[in-house]
Amino acid sequence: MMRFDRLSSPGRLRRITFLFDGEAVEAREGDTVATALLAAGAGATRTTPASGAARGAYCLMGVCFECLVEVDGVPNRQGCLVAVAEGMRVRRQHGAAAIAEEA
Amino acid sequence: MAARRDLVIVGAGPAGLAAAAEARDHGVDALILDEQPEPGGQVYRSAARVAERRPADLGFLGADYARGAALVAEATGVERRQGASVWQIGPAARDGRREVIWSEAGQARRVAARSVIVASGAMERPVPVPGWTLPGVTTVGALQVALKQSGIYPAGRVVIAGSGPLPLLLAEQLRAARVPVAAILDTAPSGRMATAWPLLPMAALGAAGTLRKGMALLRARERSGVPVWRQVRDLRAEAGADGSVAGIRFRSASGEEQRIEADLLALHEGVVPNPQLTRLVRADHRWHPAQRCFHPVLDPWGESTAAGVYVAGDGGGILGARAAEASGRLAALSVAHRLGRIGETARDFAATGPQARLLGERALRRLLDALYPAPEWIAAPADDAIVCRCEEVTAADLRSVAGHAAGPNQAKAYLRCGMGPCQGRLCGLTVTEMIARARGTTPAETGYYRIRAPIKPVTVDELASLDTEPAA
Repeated sequence: MMRFDRLSSPGRLRRITFLFDGEAVEAREGDTVATALLAAGAGATRTTPASGAARGAYCLMGVCFECLVEVDGVPNRQGCLVAVAEGMRVRRQHGAAAIAEEA
Repeated sequence: MAARRDLVIVGAGPAGLAAAAEARDHGVDALILDEQPEPGGQVYRSAARVAERRPADLGFLGADYARGAALVAEATGVERRQGASVWQIGPAARDGRREVIWSEAGQARRVAARSVIVASGAMERPVPVPGWTLPGVTTVGALQVALKQSGIYPAGRVVIAGSGPLPLLLAEQLRAARVPVAAILDTAPSGRMATAWPLLPMAALGAAGTLRKGMALLRARERSGVPVWRQVRDLRAEAGADGSVAGIRFRSASGEEQRIEADLLALHEGVVPNPQLTRLVRADHRWHPAQRCFHPVLDPWGESTAAGVYVAGDGGGILGARAAEASGRLAALSVAHRLGRIGETARDFAATGPQARLLGERALRRLLDALYPAPEWIAAPADDAIVCRCEEVTAADLRSVAGHAAGPNQAKAYLRCGMGPCQGRLCGLTVTEMIARARGTTPAETGYYRIRAPIKPVTVDELASLDTEPAA
């Protein structure tokens, strides 16, 4: 199981707390949702619509769409393109994203 | 009605930033759209912020990386929108303008641009080996992004598999950051020195500094003590009990099968142009046999066969970051000239420096192409390897239709390959090459997926928001 650590080099990076599947996770200023989840050891962050296979971030460059997650209620966001923000609600995706129902 | 601009630049990497600075110097009204939260592209990812907030990390990221902060500074004064994903470049209207449409914070916006410079760069070539879809398998570039952007590194047993300058650079950066690497699986085939040696003198003339750096990286790898397996093939990632990668199987030079344990596998077989935008505007493309990918056909200033659409940087063919700057400046000079902001003589004089730089970088690239060709097996994946990651189409599936599919678009109709969210970015080249082989023809004749807008997923809300967009 992959685990990412932070370099110990000193920096002046603000700490940011966001929610991942309802649990508080600490990130740093400058993280994207995808890198913050790697640092949090989140592992697989979605399962595929085709077979339900587990997937995690692959390219981190906006190309592969493997890091798709739900961000603040919007499914299929590319985690590697979204800067993490205080209080952001991020969720794993399971299979195909459901069509949101009108309230 | 859409707002008007002289020039829209897509991408804030070295090509886009250099183009923006040059355009501004000649009074061109430019707008930069970049989908990342920060400028720098991939090579200079987060460079400006790292220089300011994590200066200690500049040590191991290397002197070249610091160039990114200078480029961002050089492009000040040009409006730059981050988090802006371009999903359409329309056909040329009667006045020659093209509508560029993007999404930003859930809102779609558009401008009508006289010229567009596509500086959307390169992507890592797909490496369709069995198990490459497992969590814990990434690209080499992804690990560099993680290091640059967030200062994070994989803490478990890291195995780097592939060939080219980037794996060497990553290995050295990890060593300098005191991150252990479990093994390096070098997939470069044998016998490439014979073709490479004659290219060395011109490369040395053209880009001596880069060449010296490359040699230093090779020496560093030898000294690092990390086990290196050579001429690796039949690569395969295997899952552990938790479903993530746990082991890697391969054959080494001797042909003997090996298995090593790993927590993370980083793959890399070179980079190729990200084709989406140049395909979207129906520009002509040409197969590049040495780089095993399509390049858009460009004139000496970088203009594609789609009028008014230029390509700068690695999106026009892989030449690296320094060349990207040069081609960005050339494209901007041509745009400024066409708008009447700069005369022909001034344009040609200003172009001499970038042109000389490009010449040198091309000589270096011919050497690198000979030294690090994509391995033959990249176009002949094992039957159980997934080719299309999104729709989970295997090599066996593709082989069952490859002989009678007229091309990638028909394979797509049969199998859904290329129809998922990545829109063929991660399978397009493999599908083209596999069909070409099955039909005994060339990739050029086989062609590529037809790419249509929107080239990024867009919500219905975003589409509808075009009618109520705020002034850009």
